[in-house]
Amino acid sequence: MKRSKRFTILGVLLISILLLAACPAPAAPAQEQAAESASDMAAAADEVIEIEYWQYNFAARVDAMDQLIAQFEEANPNIKVIHNADIPYAEFRDKIAASVPAGVGPDVATLFYGWQSAWIDSGYLVPLPEDAFPPAMVSEEFSPMVQASFVDGTLYTLPTAVRALALFYNRDLMEAAGLDPNSPPATLDELQDQAVACTQRDDDGDLVVQGFVADPSAQDHHWFREVLVRQFGGVPYTDDYSQVLYNDDAGLQAWNYLLSFHTELATGDRDLFDGSTNAFVGGHVCFHVDGSFRLGTIANNNPDMNFGVTELPEHNGVKSTFGSYWTHGLTKKAAADQARFDASVKFLQFITSADAGALWVDIVGELPAQLEAGSNPELLADEKLGAFAAGLEYSHATFFADESQQRQAIIDSFDMVVLTDEDPAAALQIAADADQEVLDDFWSSR
Amino acid sequence: MASPGIQAATHRRKDIPMRLTLHQRQIIWAYVFMSVALVFFVVIRWYPTILAFNVSFRDWNVFEGSGPWVGLENYQEIWQDAGKPRSSVTAAFSNTVRYVLFGVPTQLVLALAIALLLAQIRRLSALYRVAYFAPYVTSAVAVAFVWNWLYQPETGLINQALDIVGLPQQPFTKSPSQALPSITAVAVWQNLGFAVIIFLAGIQQIPAHYYEAARIDGANAWQLFWRITLPLLNPIIVYLTVLGTISYLRLFALVQNMSPQGTGGPLKSTTTVVLEVYREGFSSYKMGYAGALTVLLFFLILLITIIQLRFFSRRVEY
Repeated sequence: MKRSKRFTILGVLLISILLLAACPAPAAPAQEQAAESASDMAAAADEVIEIEYWQYNFAARVDAMDQLIAQFEEANPNIKVIHNADIPYAEFRDKIAASVPAGVGPDVATLFYGWQSAWIDSGYLVPLPEDAFPPAMVSEEFSPMVQASFVDGTLYTLPTAVRALALFYNRDLMEAAGLDPNSPPATLDELQDQAVACTQRDDDGDLVVQGFVADPSAQDHHWFREVLVRQFGGVPYTDDYSQVLYNDDAGLQAWNYLLSFHTELATGDRDLFDGSTNAFVGGHVCFHVDGSFRLGTIANNNPDMNFGVTELPEHNGVKSTFGSYWTHGLTKKAAADQARFDASVKFLQFITSADAGALWVDIVGELPAQLEAGSNPELLADEKLGAFAAGLEYSHATFFADESQQRQAIIDSFDMVVLTDEDPAAALQIAADADQEVLDDFWSSR
Repeated sequence: MASPGIQAATHRRKDIPMRLTLHQRQIIWAYVFMSVALVFFVVIRWYPTILAFNVSFRDWNVFEGSGPWVGLENYQEIWQDAGKPRSSVTAAFSNTVRYVLFGVPTQLVLALAIALLLAQIRRLSALYRVAYFAPYVTSAVAVAFVWNWLYQPETGLINQALDIVGLPQQPFTKSPSQALPSITAVAVWQNLGFAVIIFLAGIQQIPAHYYEAARIDGANAWQLFWRITLPLLNPIIVYLTVLGTISYLRLFALVQNMSPQGTGGPLKSTTTVVLEVYREGFSSYKMGYAGALTVLLFFLILLITIIQLRFFSRRVEY
């Protein structure tokens, strides 16, 4: 027994030593490998340089980028671009975060512009070199919303394409309600009137057709901040997006307008059909604020739906829309090696060119970020894309310090009014306070 | 000085003379086979756990995989956040405790009742056991999706059933007051099968002659349950309470998939500590803060488990 006990202790010790020795090992080879391959590449600068490009998985985007990469590699035979688009959207940020400490990951990465702050703050993105991307060129040639890519005057990312919001309308439902599908709402008042006219309930009072569903967890939080607030005479934030300003009279009017669809007009319920977007795509909603990216969703899921897209309704003569974009940045992995960095810069220049934007709009349905391609008369005349293209010149992209938290602030305040009968003005102030806290947190650390 | 254990071992060794070397070899092979699992645990479980402690004391940068030592700053920040109105941290901790308080007792009582009934059944008993156990082996995400459909307003099965019997429709996960109980109910439903099977095993271990003797003495069914079944199931109840509590303290997947946009809403009414860890860590990239929350949860689990083991374990011998 004593001997077997000794064996036990010996065994445990042996294994612990083995494990301790093995523990740091997994990290070391990866770093060594990365360093090795980096120096190899530097030594053989005139040989083929490999760079890695990552985006999340979305069939049309993958297809478009594959074509762009093929063109780029043909023009630059000494650069090879490895395209990783296997990661689902929901995991994209986690995977990027996990890849970096392991010494792998992209040289050029595509990210939502709203994530930029977090990525810059953690030192993951490096500034774009000014000689390759002069700030003046970007201001002149790109859609004004791309200004959100500048942080403290430094440009960090640049997009191929941008998106704007517009008003989707279901022509069949309008017709069934006796509305003219050729004159969708052009003003906020008309939107209210037509939404009420279009709403149908059954004998039990249950909604059958929803006129308009106010749903801040979809695009309506953007619509509130950048469109409604401006149309009621306010501004959502200071120009540098460091101070919340939508908690004033104009903001409250805009807030009440958004709430009215849920409270007094009761033209829809965001809890039905899993939110306003699914409800519209399923053909249960007359009017819906959404982005150009939804055209693809509808084409895939409900291709027979008879719908149209028009510019967002105006109010007090003010037109506005919210712009947003997926943008490309250079990572610190690219910056670690001059040859790879130069190759990455070249690739970024190529995929942000006007030609790339023109190819992108055909395949993905997002609008070219370059004004030249965006103001193309053919595009403006397009039945579906025209409304979005028209919005580009009056679009605003919110600069987000933390997109998910700032969105949550609006959703929570909306819930307070709708679910717990909070006073709208008090709820708006709570949203503003929460939003301001996120902004203060971000700006104070700079 | 020889303790009874050693005596027993010496005794056994005398019976089988080759036992020693065989035993040694067995030990070596046991370690060889165990080492596979051990490597897994050390690399996948223990190392990250220890790392989480380290991260919680640093201003950890997720992209650099390092960060300066900041001492208790992350913990101070959590403390400050907990003092703010409508704080996510406070909501997360109080909800987590509520999940445990609603979930664990419900699960135990239901599982015991079902196990007692199943123990009576002879025909098709395997089929029933499979039926109760199936949810336990189903992915939480799949379970969440199915229940989301069942809970749907107007179109959901439950609300349609309420409609048919003339009861008012319920918002379930869409309402701040009903969301947490609704999700708890799903968690109970999912974990029930496991508890039922363990209870069944325990019930079948109770020697039948205890019941026979008690019946001869004139005990009724109620007395049999209170005086024999329940006390003899005590170790199992303790085991299931501890395990159940830990699983409710770590609740994540159901909330992530059943609350609106996976945010623990509406109005933070369903958020849990683990969900906040995930949100802080992977959507705001505040790894140090998330690490500190993890450490707090670790100590909460440790504390509750120790208390439960101390107060509920008592040996019952008949």
